[in-house]
Amino acid sequence: MAQGFTPDEMMTIAAARALGNEDICFVGIGAPSAACNVARLTHAPDITLIYESGTIGTAPDVLPLSIGDGELCDTATTTVSVPEMFRYWLQGGRISIGFLGAAQLDKFGNINTTVIGDYHDPKTRLPGGGGAPEIASSCGEIFITMKQSLRGMVDKIDFFTSFGHGTGGNARAEQGITTKGPTLLITDLAVWRPDPETKEFTVMSLHPGVTREQVQETCGWTVRFTEDLTETPSPTDLELQTLRDLKARTKAAHEGAAA
Amino acid sequence: MSKFQPLKQAVAENLCDGDVVAFEGFTHLIPHAAAHEAIRQGFKDLTLVRMTPDIVYDQMIGMGMASRLIFSYAGNPGVGLLRRLRDAVENGWPNAVEVEEHSHAAMANAYEAGAAGLPCAVFRGYKGAGLKEVNPNIREVTCPFTGEVLAAIPSVRPDVSFIHAQKANKKGDILIEGIIGIQKEAVLAAKKAVVTVEEIVDDFDGLHPNACILPHWTVSAISHVPGGAHPSYAHGYYIRDNASYLEWDKIATDRDGFRDWMQTHVMEAGPEVFESRVAGLKGEG
Repeated sequence: MAQGFTPDEMMTIAAARALGNEDICFVGIGAPSAACNVARLTHAPDITLIYESGTIGTAPDVLPLSIGDGELCDTATTTVSVPEMFRYWLQGGRISIGFLGAAQLDKFGNINTTVIGDYHDPKTRLPGGGGAPEIASSCGEIFITMKQSLRGMVDKIDFFTSFGHGTGGNARAEQGITTKGPTLLITDLAVWRPDPETKEFTVMSLHPGVTREQVQETCGWTVRFTEDLTETPSPTDLELQTLRDLKARTKAAHEGAAA
Repeated sequence: MSKFQPLKQAVAENLCDGDVVAFEGFTHLIPHAAAHEAIRQGFKDLTLVRMTPDIVYDQMIGMGMASRLIFSYAGNPGVGLLRRLRDAVENGWPNAVEVEEHSHAAMANAYEAGAAGLPCAVFRGYKGAGLKEVNPNIREVTCPFTGEVLAAIPSVRPDVSFIHAQKANKKGDILIEGIIGIQKEAVLAAKKAVVTVEEIVDDFDGLHPNACILPHWTVSAISHVPGGAHPSYAHGYYIRDNASYLEWDKIATDRDGFRDWMQTHVMEAGPEVFESRVAGLKGEG
Protein backbone atom coordinates (compact mmCIF):
# COMPACT_ATOMS: atom_id res chain seq x y z
CA MET A 1 0.00 0.00 0.00
CA ALA A 2 1.20 3.48 -0.79
CA GLN A 3 2.30 5.66 2.10
CA GLY A 4 1.02 9.17 1.54
CA PHE A 5 -1.42 10.44 -1.06
CA THR A 6 -3.59 13.51 -1.51
CA PRO A 7 -7.42 13.57 -1.66
CA ASP A 8 -7.09 14.60 -5.32
CA GLU A 9 -4.95 11.57 -6.08
CA MET A 10 -7.39 9.29 -4.28
CA MET A 11 -10.25 10.78 -6.31
CA THR A 12 -8.53 10.23 -9.64
CA ILE A 13 -7.48 6.70 -8.77
CA ALA A 14 -10.90 5.69 -7.43
CA ALA A 15 -12.42 7.03 -10.64
CA ALA A 16 -9.88 5.15 -12.78
CA ARG A 17 -10.82 1.88 -11.07
CA ALA A 18 -14.40 2.22 -12.26
CA LEU A 19 -13.30 1.86 -15.88
CA GLY A 20 -12.58 -1.39 -17.69
CA ASN A 21 -10.96 -2.73 -20.85
CA GLU A 22 -14.28 -3.14 -22.65
CA ASP A 23 -15.45 0.42 -22.06
CA ILE A 24 -15.90 2.98 -24.80
CA CYS A 25 -15.55 6.16 -22.84
CA PHE A 26 -16.39 9.75 -23.84
CA VAL A 27 -13.90 11.79 -21.84
CA GLY A 28 -14.52 15.24 -20.40
CA ILE A 29 -11.55 17.54 -19.88
CA GLY A 30 -9.90 17.98 -16.46
CA ALA A 31 -10.37 15.39 -13.71
CA PRO A 32 -12.17 12.84 -15.96
CA SER A 33 -9.29 12.96 -18.44
CA ALA A 34 -6.73 12.13 -15.75
CA ALA A 35 -8.82 9.24 -14.43
CA CYS A 36 -9.43 7.74 -17.86
CA ASN A 37 -5.75 7.82 -18.75
CA VAL A 38 -4.68 6.32 -15.42
CA ALA A 39 -7.11 3.47 -16.13
CA ARG A 40 -5.59 3.02 -19.57
CA LEU A 41 -2.05 3.03 -18.16
CA THR A 42 -2.84 0.51 -15.38
CA HIS A 43 -5.59 -2.11 -15.45
CA ALA A 44 -7.45 -1.17 -18.65
CA PRO A 45 -4.90 -0.90 -21.49
CA ASP A 46 -7.54 -1.68 -24.14
CA ILE A 47 -10.09 0.92 -23.05
CA THR A 48 -11.29 3.15 -25.91
CA LEU A 49 -11.03 6.83 -25.03
CA ILE A 50 -12.94 9.33 -27.14
CA TYR A 51 -12.68 13.12 -26.92
CA GLU A 52 -15.36 15.29 -28.46
CA SER A 53 -12.93 16.87 -30.92
CA GLY A 54 -13.32 13.67 -32.94
CA THR A 55 -10.41 11.56 -31.71
CA ILE A 56 -11.42 7.91 -31.27
CA GLY A 57 -9.21 5.40 -29.45
CA THR A 58 -6.67 7.97 -28.36
CA ALA A 59 -3.72 7.19 -26.08
CA PRO A 60 -1.96 10.43 -25.15
CA ASP A 61 1.39 10.27 -23.37
CA VAL A 62 0.54 13.49 -21.51
CA LEU A 63 -2.82 14.88 -20.45
CA PRO A 64 -4.29 17.32 -22.98
CA LEU A 65 -4.90 20.92 -21.95
CA SER A 66 -7.90 21.11 -24.25
CA ILE A 67 -10.14 18.45 -25.80
CA GLY A 68 -8.49 19.16 -29.15
CA ASP A 69 -4.76 18.92 -28.46
CA GLY A 70 -2.69 17.58 -31.33
CA GLU A 71 -1.45 14.59 -29.37
CA LEU A 72 -5.00 13.22 -29.10
CA CYS A 73 -5.12 13.08 -32.89
CA ASP A 74 -1.56 11.74 -33.27
CA THR A 75 -2.26 8.75 -31.02
CA ALA A 76 -5.86 8.02 -32.09
CA THR A 77 -7.15 5.04 -34.07
CA THR A 78 -9.00 7.56 -36.21
CA THR A 79 -10.05 11.21 -36.08
CA VAL A 80 -13.50 12.07 -37.38
CA SER A 81 -15.26 15.38 -37.92
CA VAL A 82 -17.24 16.93 -35.09
CA PRO A 83 -20.67 16.31 -36.67
CA GLU A 84 -19.73 12.67 -37.26
CA MET A 85 -18.64 12.40 -33.63
CA PHE A 86 -21.93 13.68 -32.30
CA ARG A 87 -24.19 11.96 -34.84
CA TYR A 88 -22.76 8.52 -35.57
CA TRP A 89 -20.79 7.82 -32.43
CA LEU A 90 -22.60 9.57 -29.58
CA GLN A 91 -26.20 9.75 -30.85
CA GLY A 92 -25.70 6.40 -32.58
CA GLY A 93 -25.33 4.76 -29.18
CA ARG A 94 -21.74 3.56 -29.59
CA ILE A 95 -20.46 4.97 -26.29
CA SER A 96 -20.84 3.06 -23.05
CA ILE A 97 -19.65 5.63 -20.52
CA GLY A 98 -19.67 9.41 -20.47
CA PHE A 99 -17.27 10.81 -17.90
CA LEU A 100 -18.10 14.36 -16.82
CA GLY A 101 -16.96 17.00 -14.37
CA ALA A 102 -19.32 19.61 -12.93
CA ALA A 103 -19.33 23.22 -11.70
CA GLN A 104 -22.58 22.61 -9.80
CA LEU A 105 -24.11 19.24 -9.03
CA ASP A 106 -27.25 18.23 -7.14
CA LYS A 107 -28.03 14.99 -5.32
CA PHE A 108 -29.73 13.51 -8.40
CA GLY A 109 -26.71 14.00 -10.64
CA ASN A 110 -28.06 16.99 -12.55
CA ILE A 111 -25.20 19.23 -13.67
CA ASN A 112 -24.88 22.99 -14.19
CA THR A 113 -21.98 24.46 -16.16
CA THR A 114 -24.00 27.28 -17.74
CA VAL A 115 -24.74 30.16 -15.32
CA ILE A 116 -24.74 31.04 -11.66
CA GLY A 117 -27.89 33.05 -10.97
CA ASP A 118 -30.67 33.78 -13.45
CA TYR A 119 -29.99 32.73 -17.05
CA HIS A 120 -31.06 36.07 -18.52
CA ASP A 121 -29.35 38.16 -15.83
CA PRO A 122 -26.52 35.96 -14.64
CA LYS A 123 -24.35 36.59 -11.63
CA THR A 124 -21.61 34.56 -13.32
CA ARG A 125 -21.67 33.45 -16.92
CA LEU A 126 -19.96 30.04 -17.12
CA PRO A 127 -18.71 28.51 -20.41
CA GLY A 128 -21.86 26.47 -21.06
CA GLY A 129 -22.68 22.89 -21.80
CA GLY A 130 -20.57 22.05 -24.82
CA GLY A 131 -21.18 18.38 -25.46
CA ALA A 132 -22.64 17.62 -22.04
CA PRO A 133 -26.41 17.80 -22.68
CA GLU A 134 -26.29 14.95 -25.21
CA ILE A 135 -23.43 13.08 -23.54
CA ALA A 136 -25.70 12.89 -20.49
CA SER A 137 -28.58 11.41 -22.46
CA SER A 138 -26.85 9.32 -25.16
CA CYS A 139 -24.06 7.45 -23.34
CA GLY A 140 -24.97 4.13 -21.76
CA GLU A 141 -24.22 5.51 -18.30
CA ILE A 142 -22.57 8.56 -16.75
CA PHE A 143 -19.73 8.81 -14.25
CA ILE A 144 -19.15 12.14 -12.54
CA THR A 145 -16.05 13.27 -10.71
CA MET A 146 -15.57 16.51 -8.80
CA LYS A 147 -14.04 17.94 -5.64
CA GLN A 148 -16.52 18.45 -2.84
CA SER A 149 -17.47 22.00 -1.84
CA LEU A 150 -20.56 23.83 -0.64
CA ARG A 151 -20.47 25.93 -3.82
CA GLY A 152 -20.24 22.88 -6.05
CA MET A 153 -22.53 20.32 -4.42
CA VAL A 154 -25.77 22.20 -3.92
CA ASP A 155 -29.34 21.47 -2.92
CA LYS A 156 -30.66 23.19 -6.04
CA ILE A 157 -28.65 23.89 -9.18
CA ASP A 158 -29.19 27.23 -10.94
CA PHE A 159 -29.52 25.72 -14.42
CA PHE A 160 -30.07 22.22 -15.84
CA THR A 161 -27.18 22.09 -18.30
CA SER A 162 -27.40 18.32 -18.44
CA PHE A 163 -30.05 16.05 -17.06
CA GLY A 164 -29.14 13.43 -14.49
CA HIS A 165 -32.05 11.87 -12.63
CA GLY A 166 -34.13 15.08 -12.57
CA THR A 167 -36.18 15.01 -9.38
CA GLY A 168 -35.36 11.35 -8.87
CA GLY A 169 -37.27 8.09 -9.36
CA ASN A 170 -38.32 7.55 -12.99
CA ALA A 171 -37.62 11.09 -14.12
CA ARG A 172 -35.38 9.96 -16.98
CA ALA A 173 -37.99 7.64 -18.44
CA GLU A 174 -40.56 10.45 -18.18
CA GLN A 175 -38.27 12.60 -20.35
CA GLY A 176 -38.11 9.82 -22.92
CA ILE A 177 -34.50 8.99 -22.06
CA THR A 178 -33.60 5.31 -22.27
CA THR A 179 -30.02 5.37 -20.95
CA LYS A 180 -29.05 4.87 -17.30
CA GLY A 181 -27.73 8.34 -16.52
CA PRO A 182 -25.43 8.99 -13.56
CA THR A 183 -24.47 5.68 -11.92
CA LEU A 184 -21.34 6.79 -10.07
CA LEU A 185 -20.00 9.92 -8.37
CA ILE A 186 -16.41 10.04 -7.22
CA THR A 187 -15.31 12.96 -5.09
CA ASP A 188 -12.10 13.70 -3.24
CA LEU A 189 -13.74 12.26 -0.10
CA ALA A 190 -15.99 9.39 -1.12
CA VAL A 191 -17.50 7.05 -3.71
CA TRP A 192 -21.25 7.54 -4.24
CA ARG A 193 -23.90 5.59 -6.14
CA PRO A 194 -27.56 6.47 -6.74
CA ASP A 195 -30.17 4.73 -4.62
CA PRO A 196 -31.88 2.15 -6.87
CA GLU A 197 -35.34 3.60 -6.19
CA THR A 198 -35.00 7.29 -5.37
CA LYS A 199 -31.84 7.79 -7.49
CA GLU A 200 -30.39 10.05 -4.79
CA PHE A 201 -26.60 9.79 -4.56
CA THR A 202 -25.63 7.71 -1.51
CA VAL A 203 -22.15 7.37 -0.07
CA MET A 204 -20.92 3.79 -0.55
CA SER A 205 -17.34 4.17 0.69
CA LEU A 206 -15.26 6.81 2.40
CA HIS A 207 -11.69 7.38 1.24
CA PRO A 208 -9.07 6.39 3.85
CA GLY A 209 -9.03 8.79 6.81
CA VAL A 210 -12.21 10.62 5.75
CA THR A 211 -15.08 11.01 8.23
CA ARG A 212 -18.83 11.25 7.63
CA GLU A 213 -18.71 14.76 9.06
CA GLN A 214 -16.16 15.88 6.48
CA VAL A 215 -18.38 14.61 3.69
CA GLN A 216 -21.39 16.46 5.10
CA GLU A 217 -19.52 19.70 5.79
CA THR A 218 -18.54 20.01 2.12
CA CYS A 219 -21.89 19.05 0.65
CA GLY A 220 -24.93 21.31 0.35
CA TRP A 221 -27.58 18.62 0.78
CA THR A 222 -28.20 16.22 3.67
CA VAL A 223 -25.94 13.30 2.85
CA ARG A 224 -27.22 9.73 2.91
CA PHE A 225 -24.78 6.96 3.76
CA THR A 226 -25.34 3.33 2.90
CA GLU A 227 -25.87 0.95 5.81
CA ASP A 228 -22.83 -1.11 4.86
CA LEU A 229 -20.43 1.78 4.45
CA THR A 230 -16.89 0.67 3.59
CA GLU A 231 -13.49 2.29 3.14
CA THR A 232 -12.20 2.95 -0.37
CA PRO A 233 -9.04 0.86 -0.83
CA SER A 234 -5.94 3.08 -0.72
CA PRO A 235 -4.05 3.70 -3.95
CA THR A 236 -1.55 0.99 -4.79
CA ASP A 237 2.05 1.91 -5.50
CA LEU A 238 1.46 1.24 -9.19
CA GLU A 239 -1.64 3.45 -9.34
CA LEU A 240 0.01 6.30 -7.51
CA GLN A 241 3.23 6.11 -9.49
CA THR A 242 1.33 5.98 -12.77
CA LEU A 243 -0.69 9.06 -11.86
CA ARG A 244 2.32 11.01 -10.62
CA ASP A 245 4.39 10.12 -13.68
CA LEU A 246 1.52 11.18 -15.93
CA LYS A 247 1.18 14.51 -14.11
CA ALA A 248 4.94 15.11 -14.23
CA ARG A 249 5.10 14.36 -17.97
CA THR A 250 2.11 16.63 -18.51
CA LYS A 251 3.66 19.49 -16.56
CA ALA A 252 6.98 19.18 -18.37
CA ALA A 253 5.33 19.03 -21.79
CA HIS A 254 3.05 22.01 -21.25
CA GLU A 255 5.72 24.15 -19.65
CA GLY A 256 8.03 23.24 -22.50
CA ALA A 257 5.45 24.28 -25.04
CA ALA A 258 4.91 27.52 -23.19
CA ALA A 259 8.59 28.43 -23.09
CA MET B 1 -14.15 30.47 -57.86
CA SER B 2 -11.30 30.92 -55.47
CA LYS B 3 -8.65 33.57 -55.84
CA PHE B 4 -5.43 34.24 -54.00
CA GLN B 5 -5.51 37.60 -52.28
CA PRO B 6 -3.76 39.51 -49.52
CA LEU B 7 -5.75 38.97 -46.32
CA LYS B 8 -6.72 42.62 -46.03
CA GLN B 9 -8.38 42.52 -49.41
CA ALA B 10 -9.98 39.09 -48.86
CA VAL B 11 -11.65 40.29 -45.66
CA ALA B 12 -12.70 43.66 -47.12
CA GLU B 13 -14.28 42.07 -50.19
CA ASN B 14 -16.18 39.34 -48.38
CA LEU B 15 -17.32 40.60 -44.97
CA CYS B 16 -19.95 43.30 -44.41
CA ASP B 17 -21.45 45.05 -41.39
CA GLY B 18 -24.45 43.13 -40.09
CA ASP B 19 -23.31 39.79 -41.52
CA VAL B 20 -23.78 36.39 -39.92
CA VAL B 21 -20.18 35.21 -39.82
CA ALA B 22 -18.39 32.10 -38.56
CA PHE B 23 -14.68 32.00 -37.74
CA GLU B 24 -14.51 28.25 -37.14
CA GLY B 25 -11.95 25.88 -35.71
CA PHE B 26 -12.46 23.27 -33.01
CA THR B 27 -9.45 24.01 -30.76
CA HIS B 28 -7.23 23.51 -33.83
CA LEU B 29 -6.63 25.75 -36.88
CA ILE B 30 -8.50 28.71 -35.41
CA PRO B 31 -8.39 31.59 -37.90
CA HIS B 32 -6.87 34.22 -35.62
CA ALA B 33 -5.16 36.21 -38.39
CA ALA B 34 -8.42 36.57 -40.32
CA ALA B 35 -10.28 37.60 -37.18
CA HIS B 36 -7.63 40.21 -36.39
CA GLU B 37 -7.94 41.60 -39.90
CA ALA B 38 -11.72 41.86 -39.39
CA ILE B 39 -11.08 43.67 -36.09
CA ARG B 40 -8.72 46.14 -37.81
CA GLN B 41 -11.33 46.87 -40.46
CA GLY B 42 -13.83 47.66 -37.69
CA PHE B 43 -16.93 45.74 -38.77
CA LYS B 44 -20.07 46.29 -36.68
CA ASP B 45 -23.29 44.55 -35.77
CA LEU B 46 -22.03 41.07 -36.61
CA THR B 47 -23.76 37.86 -35.61
CA LEU B 48 -20.83 35.69 -34.57
CA VAL B 49 -21.34 31.95 -34.94
CA ARG B 50 -19.01 29.36 -33.51
CA MET B 51 -19.23 26.13 -31.53
CA THR B 52 -16.36 27.11 -29.24
CA PRO B 53 -15.89 30.88 -29.13
CA ASP B 54 -12.55 31.43 -27.44
CA ILE B 55 -9.98 34.20 -27.49
CA VAL B 56 -10.80 35.62 -30.94
CA TYR B 57 -14.48 36.06 -30.16
CA ASP B 58 -13.56 37.48 -26.75
CA GLN B 59 -11.51 40.03 -28.68
CA MET B 60 -14.20 40.79 -31.26
CA ILE B 61 -16.90 41.14 -28.60
CA GLY B 62 -14.62 43.33 -26.47
CA MET B 63 -14.00 45.58 -29.48
CA GLY B 64 -17.74 46.10 -29.89
CA MET B 65 -18.16 44.24 -33.19
CA ALA B 66 -20.85 41.76 -32.19
CA SER B 67 -24.53 42.25 -31.55
CA ARG B 68 -25.36 38.56 -31.38
CA LEU B 69 -23.55 35.32 -30.56
CA ILE B 70 -24.63 31.79 -31.53
CA PHE B 71 -22.50 29.21 -29.73
CA SER B 72 -22.28 26.05 -27.66
CA TYR B 73 -19.24 26.49 -25.39
CA ALA B 74 -17.68 29.83 -24.52
CA GLY B 75 -14.47 29.29 -22.62
CA ASN B 76 -10.74 29.82 -22.74
CA PRO B 77 -9.74 26.18 -23.34
CA GLY B 78 -7.75 24.70 -20.49
CA VAL B 79 -7.82 28.05 -18.66
CA GLY B 80 -11.32 29.15 -17.71
CA LEU B 81 -13.86 31.78 -18.60
CA LEU B 82 -13.92 34.45 -21.31
CA ARG B 83 -13.76 37.76 -19.48
CA ARG B 84 -14.72 40.13 -22.31
CA LEU B 85 -17.69 37.94 -23.25
CA ARG B 86 -18.74 37.86 -19.60
CA ASP B 87 -18.47 41.65 -19.36
CA ALA B 88 -20.75 41.97 -22.38
CA VAL B 89 -23.30 39.42 -21.14
CA GLU B 90 -23.24 40.44 -17.48
CA ASN B 91 -22.73 44.23 -17.80
CA GLY B 92 -23.42 45.16 -21.43
CA TRP B 93 -19.86 46.41 -22.05
CA PRO B 94 -19.01 47.69 -24.58
CA ASN B 95 -22.47 46.76 -25.82
CA ALA B 96 -25.08 44.19 -24.96
CA VAL B 97 -24.73 40.95 -26.91
CA GLU B 98 -27.76 38.80 -27.58
CA VAL B 99 -26.99 35.17 -26.92
CA GLU B 100 -28.39 32.13 -28.73
CA GLU B 101 -26.96 29.16 -26.89
CA HIS B 102 -26.92 25.54 -28.00
CA SER B 103 -25.19 22.26 -27.24
CA HIS B 104 -22.29 20.97 -29.37
CA ALA B 105 -24.50 18.27 -30.84
CA ALA B 106 -27.02 20.92 -31.87
CA MET B 107 -24.44 23.23 -33.44
CA ALA B 108 -22.72 20.36 -35.26
CA ASN B 109 -26.07 19.24 -36.64
CA ALA B 110 -26.99 22.83 -37.56
CA TYR B 111 -23.80 23.34 -39.60
CA GLU B 112 -24.26 19.99 -41.28
CA ALA B 113 -27.87 20.88 -42.12
CA GLY B 114 -26.62 24.18 -43.52
CA ALA B 115 -24.09 22.39 -45.68
CA ALA B 116 -26.82 19.98 -46.78
CA GLY B 117 -29.07 22.85 -47.83
CA LEU B 118 -31.72 22.06 -45.25
CA PRO B 119 -33.68 24.67 -43.29
CA CYS B 120 -33.32 22.88 -39.98
CA ALA B 121 -31.44 20.16 -38.16
CA VAL B 122 -33.20 17.24 -36.52
CA PHE B 123 -31.53 15.15 -33.85
CA ARG B 124 -32.06 13.35 -30.56
CA GLY B 125 -31.06 15.92 -27.99
CA TYR B 126 -31.81 18.48 -25.30
CA LYS B 127 -33.74 15.89 -23.29
CA GLY B 128 -34.29 17.39 -19.86
CA ALA B 129 -31.89 20.22 -20.70
CA GLY B 130 -32.52 23.77 -19.47
CA LEU B 131 -31.48 25.38 -22.76
CA LYS B 132 -34.75 24.47 -24.43
CA GLU B 133 -36.55 26.60 -21.81
CA VAL B 134 -34.48 29.71 -22.58
CA ASN B 135 -33.74 29.40 -26.31
CA PRO B 136 -36.91 29.74 -28.45
CA ASN B 137 -34.99 28.35 -31.45
CA ILE B 138 -34.93 24.92 -29.81
CA ARG B 139 -38.15 23.19 -30.84
CA GLU B 140 -39.51 19.71 -31.38
CA VAL B 141 -40.59 17.65 -34.36
CA THR B 142 -42.29 14.29 -34.32
CA CYS B 143 -40.91 11.55 -36.54
CA PRO B 144 -43.67 10.77 -39.09
CA PHE B 145 -42.67 7.09 -39.09
CA THR B 146 -42.07 6.20 -35.44
CA GLY B 147 -43.70 9.01 -33.50
CA GLU B 148 -40.45 9.75 -31.66
CA VAL B 149 -40.19 13.37 -30.55
CA LEU B 150 -36.87 14.86 -31.70
CA ALA B 151 -35.15 18.21 -31.25
CA ALA B 152 -35.10 20.68 -34.13
CA ILE B 153 -33.12 23.89 -34.51
CA PRO B 154 -32.55 26.19 -37.49
CA SER B 155 -29.61 25.30 -39.71
CA VAL B 156 -26.55 27.56 -39.59
CA ARG B 157 -26.03 29.33 -42.91
CA PRO B 158 -23.45 32.08 -42.47
CA ASP B 159 -23.04 34.92 -44.93
CA VAL B 160 -19.30 34.23 -44.66
CA SER B 161 -17.20 31.52 -43.03
CA PHE B 162 -13.52 31.98 -42.27
CA ILE B 163 -11.26 28.99 -41.67
CA HIS B 164 -7.52 28.35 -41.48
CA ALA B 165 -6.05 25.28 -43.23
CA GLN B 166 -2.66 23.70 -43.73
CA LYS B 167 -2.33 23.88 -47.49
CA ALA B 168 -3.70 25.24 -50.70
CA ASN B 169 -2.48 24.02 -54.06
CA LYS B 170 -2.00 26.35 -57.01
CA LYS B 171 -5.52 25.69 -58.25
CA GLY B 172 -6.86 26.83 -54.88
CA ASP B 173 -7.98 23.47 -53.50
CA ILE B 174 -7.72 23.40 -49.71
CA LEU B 175 -6.33 20.58 -47.53
CA ILE B 176 -7.31 20.26 -43.85
CA GLU B 177 -5.57 17.65 -41.69
CA GLY B 178 -5.68 16.48 -38.08
CA ILE B 179 -8.66 17.50 -35.98
CA ILE B 180 -10.84 18.66 -38.85
CA GLY B 181 -13.61 19.88 -36.56
CA ILE B 182 -16.54 21.53 -38.27
CA GLN B 183 -14.61 23.46 -40.92
CA LYS B 184 -15.80 21.59 -44.00
CA GLU B 185 -19.41 22.05 -42.93
CA ALA B 186 -18.81 25.71 -42.03
CA VAL B 187 -17.49 26.39 -45.53
CA LEU B 188 -20.19 24.44 -47.36
CA ALA B 189 -22.96 25.98 -45.24
CA ALA B 190 -21.86 29.55 -46.01
CA LYS B 191 -22.63 31.81 -48.96
CA LYS B 192 -18.93 32.80 -49.11
CA ALA B 193 -15.80 31.33 -47.57
CA VAL B 194 -12.37 32.82 -46.93
CA VAL B 195 -9.46 30.51 -46.14
CA THR B 196 -6.05 31.38 -44.74
CA VAL B 197 -3.34 28.75 -45.26
CA GLU B 198 0.07 27.89 -43.88
CA GLU B 199 1.51 27.01 -47.24
CA ILE B 200 0.80 27.05 -50.96
CA VAL B 201 2.09 23.99 -52.83
CA ASP B 202 2.13 23.09 -56.51
CA ASP B 203 -0.29 20.17 -56.30
CA PHE B 204 -1.80 17.59 -53.95
CA ASP B 205 -0.27 14.56 -55.72
CA GLY B 206 0.25 11.56 -53.45
CA LEU B 207 -2.34 12.47 -50.85
CA HIS B 208 -4.56 9.77 -49.41
CA PRO B 209 -7.70 9.54 -51.58
CA ASN B 210 -9.93 10.22 -48.58
CA ALA B 211 -8.11 13.33 -47.38
CA CYS B 212 -10.29 16.26 -46.29
CA ILE B 213 -10.11 18.56 -49.31
CA LEU B 214 -12.33 21.50 -50.21
CA PRO B 215 -12.23 21.98 -54.01
CA HIS B 216 -11.24 25.47 -55.15
CA TRP B 217 -14.72 26.24 -56.42
CA THR B 218 -16.14 26.02 -52.87
CA VAL B 219 -14.10 28.93 -51.51
CA SER B 220 -14.20 32.63 -52.36
CA ALA B 221 -10.71 33.74 -51.41
CA ILE B 222 -7.43 32.29 -50.17
CA SER B 223 -4.74 34.19 -48.28
CA HIS B 224 -1.30 32.87 -47.51
CA VAL B 225 -0.77 33.62 -43.81
CA PRO B 226 1.89 31.39 -42.19
CA GLY B 227 1.23 31.13 -38.46
CA GLY B 228 -2.31 32.43 -39.02
CA ALA B 229 -3.82 30.10 -36.42
CA HIS B 230 -1.58 31.30 -33.57
CA PRO B 231 -2.01 30.91 -30.60
CA SER B 232 -3.95 27.78 -31.58
CA TYR B 233 -2.00 25.24 -33.57
CA ALA B 234 -1.61 23.88 -37.08
CA HIS B 235 -1.07 20.13 -37.08
CA GLY B 236 2.25 19.38 -38.75
CA TYR B 237 3.42 23.02 -38.57
CA TYR B 238 3.47 24.33 -35.00
CA ILE B 239 2.13 23.47 -31.58
CA ARG B 240 -0.38 25.30 -29.46
CA ASP B 241 1.00 28.33 -27.61
CA ASN B 242 -0.41 27.47 -24.20
CA ALA B 243 1.31 30.44 -22.57
CA SER B 244 -0.70 32.84 -24.74
CA TYR B 245 -3.97 31.30 -23.58
CA LEU B 246 -2.89 31.72 -19.96
CA GLU B 247 -1.72 35.26 -20.64
CA TRP B 248 -5.04 36.13 -22.26
CA ASP B 249 -6.80 35.47 -18.97
CA LYS B 250 -4.84 38.35 -17.44
CA ILE B 251 -5.03 40.69 -20.45
CA ALA B 252 -8.81 40.36 -20.64
CA THR B 253 -9.31 41.05 -16.93
CA ASP B 254 -9.84 44.80 -17.21
CA ARG B 255 -11.23 46.98 -19.96
CA ASP B 256 -8.34 49.42 -20.29
CA GLY B 257 -5.67 46.74 -20.27
CA PHE B 258 -7.59 44.87 -22.92
CA ARG B 259 -7.94 47.91 -25.18
CA ASP B 260 -4.23 48.75 -24.79
CA TRP B 261 -3.22 45.22 -25.69
CA MET B 262 -5.50 45.18 -28.73
CA GLN B 263 -4.09 48.51 -29.91
CA THR B 264 -0.52 47.25 -29.81
CA HIS B 265 -0.95 43.63 -30.89
CA VAL B 266 -3.84 43.83 -33.32
CA MET B 267 -4.68 47.37 -34.48
CA GLU B 268 -1.07 48.35 -35.12
CA ALA B 269 -0.01 44.92 -36.44
CA GLY B 270 -0.64 43.07 -39.68
CA PRO B 271 -1.01 39.47 -40.88
CA GLU B 272 2.76 39.19 -41.38
CA VAL B 273 3.42 39.13 -37.60
CA PHE B 274 1.88 35.68 -37.23
CA GLU B 275 4.82 33.89 -38.81
CA SER B 276 7.18 35.27 -36.17
CA ARG B 277 4.75 34.37 -33.37
CA VAL B 278 5.04 30.67 -34.18
CA ALA B 279 8.80 30.67 -34.77
CA GLY B 280 9.49 29.10 -31.38
CA LEU B 281 6.68 26.56 -31.62
CA LYS B 282 7.74 24.46 -34.59
CA GLY B 283 8.94 20.91 -34.84
CA GLU B 284 5.95 19.22 -33.26
CA GLY B 285 2.28 20.08 -33.66
